[in-house]
Amino acid sequence: MNLFAEVLAWFADPQHWQGSSGVPARLAEHLRYTALALVLAAVIAIPLGAVIGHTGRGSFLLVGIANGLRALPELGLLILLVLLTGIGLLPLTVTLLILGVPPLLAGTYAGVRNADPAVVDAARGVGMREREVLLKVELPIALPLIIGGLRTATLQVIATAAIGAYISLGGLGRFLIDGLALNDYPRMVAGAVLIAALALVVEGLLAGLQRLIVSPGLRTAPMRTGSRRPTPVVAGGTA
Amino acid sequence: MVWQWIPRNSERIILLLVEHLRLALIPVVVGLLLAVPLGWLASRYRPARAVLIPAAGVLYTVPSLALFVVLPGILGTRILSEVNIIVALTIYTVALLVRTVADALAAVPGLVVAAATALGYKPVRRFIDVELPLAVPVLIAGLRVATVSNISLVSVGALIGVGGLGELFTEGFQLNFPTEIVTGIVLIMLLALIGDALLLGLGRIATPWSRAGAGTRA
Repeated sequence: MNLFAEVLAWFADPQHWQGSSGVPARLAEHLRYTALALVLAAVIAIPLGAVIGHTGRGSFLLVGIANGLRALPELGLLILLVLLTGIGLLPLTVTLLILGVPPLLAGTYAGVRNADPAVVDAARGVGMREREVLLKVELPIALPLIIGGLRTATLQVIATAAIGAYISLGGLGRFLIDGLALNDYPRMVAGAVLIAALALVVEGLLAGLQRLIVSPGLRTAPMRTGSRRPTPVVAGGTA
Repeated sequence: MVWQWIPRNSERIILLLVEHLRLALIPVVVGLLLAVPLGWLASRYRPARAVLIPAAGVLYTVPSLALFVVLPGILGTRILSEVNIIVALTIYTVALLVRTVADALAAVPGLVVAAATALGYKPVRRFIDVELPLAVPVLIAGLRVATVSNISLVSVGALIGVGGLGELFTEGFQLNFPTEIVTGIVLIMLLALIGDALLLGLGRIATPWSRAGAGTRA
């Protein structure tokens, strides 16, 4: 039997879709780890990026943090945290959180920073306070880049959540790690396919979300200011 | 922390470091060589762009651990072969750079291209002598991202047995030995930092006109 048929047979086996080690349960675990880390990352990164973008203070620090964290090997961090704090959800959440912060921070910062100065001045001109300028004008204008950052962060977190299986947690990475340990190649490939499929589906959903919630006023004149200032590369590796 | 562990194992650490660099940097070079012609196609022909850019986006979405695992089945390599890691990271590098190259070439001012044509440059020479050099700053930015993320990603390969310095992580975990893990993290971040700085310097050397300041806007 060739590999393709073996993997199909794995997916067709109803046993693999039931119980606490079945696909639905592992998928739910994977989504739970991802959501927890992303919510925490957003709570940290979006306000911080917005304030730095609005005031312009600390941008040097921000670029340094974003670049430095990109070089951090997640597997090493995860294992170090496990040795220091013990096996559990905490080390994985912290690792994924640190992974999710830089793209969100960079996206929010760039979005707020690149808001057309004429529009921001107009907002001040009609009597808005600084707080209102940020919340009602700059952040809505920044939304496409914030969601861009969220998409990058989500992809990386979904991909990296798979290494949680190495420290005995659940998630779709279990199929990879267990398959490897048991020399069960179809199981490994099934796990890989599931993780990649999840990443693609979530990416598609977020792209749809972006189209839905970005102000129509921004859609009609796309990237007018962006042509002068190229959007910073907020991409990073997937783990 | 048991720092004496480092000098006692320096030989093995250096071997892993060399392996790490090999796994991370071959893909950067091969990826660049593949991405330049593909990016040129995408910047030149609308249908090529409509296929290449979304395809690159999809490839970039595939998690590395998943790719490391699936590639042996597709390539017919052994799961412990370095080729899997190198091919996987090459795919990411190409996926990242195709877009960068296409955008960089599209941003070359039309007047410059027209001027070069008027001076008698044939398309291929013009591409090599005029358009590509003008694309260097954006290209370097893309290469820096690819290099840093490759250096970090190699370590994930340790989960399937080939991971350069990442092997210090899996071994440190099995032996419950934080020194080994900290050593791996520090060395990987140092490599990334040095690679990044070298590319930054290379970009400066390759674009002397950008230092002249006035007149040129990226």
